[in-house]
Amino acid sequence: MTISQASHSGLESTVSGKALVDEKYNYNVVRQFSVMAVVWGVVGMAAGVLIAAQLAFPALNDIWQPYTHFGRLRPLHTNSVIFAFGGCVLFATSYYVVQRTCQTKLWGGILIPFTFWGWQLVILAAAITLPMGYTSAKEYAELEWPIDILIALVWISYAIVFFGTIVKRKTSHIYVANWFFGAFIVVVAILHLVNSASVPVHGLKSYSAYAGTMDAMVQWWYGHNAVGFFLTAGFLGMMYYFVPKQAGRPVYSYQLSIVHFWALISIYIWAGGHHLHYSALPDWAQSLGMAMSIILLAPSWGGMINGVMTLSGAWHKLRTDPTLRFLVVSLSFYGMSTFEGPMMSIKTVNALSHNTDWTIGHVHSGALGWVAMISFGALYHMYPILFNKAKMHSVKLINLHFWLATIGTVLYIVAMWVNGLIQGMMWRAYNDDGSLTYSFIESVEASYPGYYVRALGGAFFLTGMLIMAYNCYKTITVVEADDAQPVKA
Amino acid sequence: MSIFWNVWIVGLTLTCLGLVLWVLLANKKVAVKDDGNDENRTTGHVYDGIEEYDNPLPLWWFKLFIVSFIAALVYLALYPGLGSYKGLLNWTSVGQLEREQQKGAEKTADIYSEFMATPVKELATNPEAIKMGTRLFANNCAVCHGAAAVGNYSFPNLTDDDWLYGGTPEKIKETLIHGRAGNMPAWGDILGAEKSGHVSHYALSLSGSEHNAELAEKGKPIFAQYCAACHMPSGKGNQLVGAPNLTDDVFLYENTYEDVLQTVLKGRVNKMPAQAPRLKEEKIHILTAYVYSLTLEESE
Repeated sequence: MTISQASHSGLESTVSGKALVDEKYNYNVVRQFSVMAVVWGVVGMAAGVLIAAQLAFPALNDIWQPYTHFGRLRPLHTNSVIFAFGGCVLFATSYYVVQRTCQTKLWGGILIPFTFWGWQLVILAAAITLPMGYTSAKEYAELEWPIDILIALVWISYAIVFFGTIVKRKTSHIYVANWFFGAFIVVVAILHLVNSASVPVHGLKSYSAYAGTMDAMVQWWYGHNAVGFFLTAGFLGMMYYFVPKQAGRPVYSYQLSIVHFWALISIYIWAGGHHLHYSALPDWAQSLGMAMSIILLAPSWGGMINGVMTLSGAWHKLRTDPTLRFLVVSLSFYGMSTFEGPMMSIKTVNALSHNTDWTIGHVHSGALGWVAMISFGALYHMYPILFNKAKMHSVKLINLHFWLATIGTVLYIVAMWVNGLIQGMMWRAYNDDGSLTYSFIESVEASYPGYYVRALGGAFFLTGMLIMAYNCYKTITVVEADDAQPVKA
Repeated sequence: MSIFWNVWIVGLTLTCLGLVLWVLLANKKVAVKDDGNDENRTTGHVYDGIEEYDNPLPLWWFKLFIVSFIAALVYLALYPGLGSYKGLLNWTSVGQLEREQQKGAEKTADIYSEFMATPVKELATNPEAIKMGTRLFANNCAVCHGAAAVGNYSFPNLTDDDWLYGGTPEKIKETLIHGRAGNMPAWGDILGAEKSGHVSHYALSLSGSEHNAELAEKGKPIFAQYCAACHMPSGKGNQLVGAPNLTDDVFLYENTYEDVLQTVLKGRVNKMPAQAPRLKEEKIHILTAYVYSLTLEESE
């Protein structure tokens, strides 16, 4: 290359950098999903803080009855944080990662914008129908059948786009992040289609295709794997790209990736029975769910080890890079909650923890500590690249967000641990005469301190999310000095 | 469980576990080109600048995996899990429940047999029995009647002297064992709106609640014709059918025109669930004494 050619191409990439980037990868849909992820994050977490406050101050249920009742807002919270916030982050990162690691542009034509607009329509429909009281009463699958059909269409389109892009990749192998994204997309499709099968009664009412115990087992096969594949496999895909990328280090062990990937996806699908311990579910299905849950510890930790060990040789970067800190702390919470999960699946432990706030704490150590934090890390990594900026508007604010999120998560889960133990102990305490020592309402009264702390923790977490929204808004809109170079991915 | 499903479950379980174990063992030994040069330790794949080291599985992690595998297999050998295989311990959740219930029953047999032999009226003054009754009430009855047994809208107060079905020990026990189905028929279709209003005012007048005297006068003959069969001509009610006394100051619903009119137009259905299928005879006996004792305090 001659000197004049080099300077010419350098000039071109500065002047029309955005056009060049757009040509190589389809970032438009990634940008759309990234922006909506932040928007839905604020909405979903605000709903979470409101319902946490309703448990601490029941009068808040009456703001606008019946639409603001806990029973209607709780599914709105779970759907908006899991499927709106989490879903948008998964779409954004999987589209981003699959293009970059396959060195090819997203494939799928009209299906690509359809996945974005279709998914937003699903979220909008959820936000309207849930407060109105339309629900199939299946946890994490509350949406009624017409919305379920739209979800299925979007999801199948998503699979076509994702795997179509994999097929026309320019690399010889498929990167591990894409194994996880791929497994997540395939299994969530199966889970959704099987669990949402129902008989419609009218436009917004249907009954499950299954009955009784079988319905419960199908529901928790779905529910547990919504956690295992939507909230774990998909986010592990994220981890496998953004951790090595942000740390600038090779992935610790290819071998470990292979073993823990196959073990994780084969074992997870069996473990749902542990949600129905001591129920009408046949003993064998409960025991099998527990046995598989115990084996699940090692495959889960495989992902944590591979992520954390990737940092060896780059630990010093944690001091200056709050984005990396988000990624690493998310892995710590992932390791903690995947230890807690198998432990809680053991029947004797479950006898204490079942139906208590401990379960809520366990879910949130995964949801806040792992899912949300790795999402924040990934979004902070992508935003400057997607919007062609040198860096995020403020690294200090990322740092502030990090501490608010960490403190909020710790307050939340500690409060729920304490509450869970108190409730479990109170419910099982009985007197010499065989009568129960406490009535249920006494255990509710004893839970109030925990409810206050939980609401406070949630408020911390939401404040961090609002700061992120501000930081992202400024990053998109700020006009940088002429000499600023767009960040290299 | 049919043979097909049995084979299906056991086959799938063991095949899945076998494959996972195979993947684990097959990837245990990896030739790492560890000559100190980082370049040689990677797999050679590069994705968007990301490389992968060829490090072996961490040994402690490998061991953890094997230990959890063994723990799960031992568990599946001891307990039911593989289809219809019962497990070496022959454990069932129903068996465990029955054992614990039996153990509890043996432990409390003496206390209960002593209380069972004591008549309700006497038991109601036994502090030990009342303590037990309080706990039983808190866990079984307080959801509707309130922790203090003072009732709630549509749920009767148990601490006063007013009884829908009678407050003798026999009647209280009958209520507990068999439950009660309170049924006020709907008169709206038969009387029409106007007459229903009149009779509502009359009903309110019986207890001296706020009412329109002129309309109440019009309601008097309607009451005599339609309502007196259950509530008696005097309005004092009839415990045989659980018809409330309308002349006192105790109200199951509110003593407002709107509420009474609603009762007349649409009727009311109240249900005290039968406790016999849920609670042992001894516990019902103690609860009877507890509920009876609430009225004793009132009359003291």
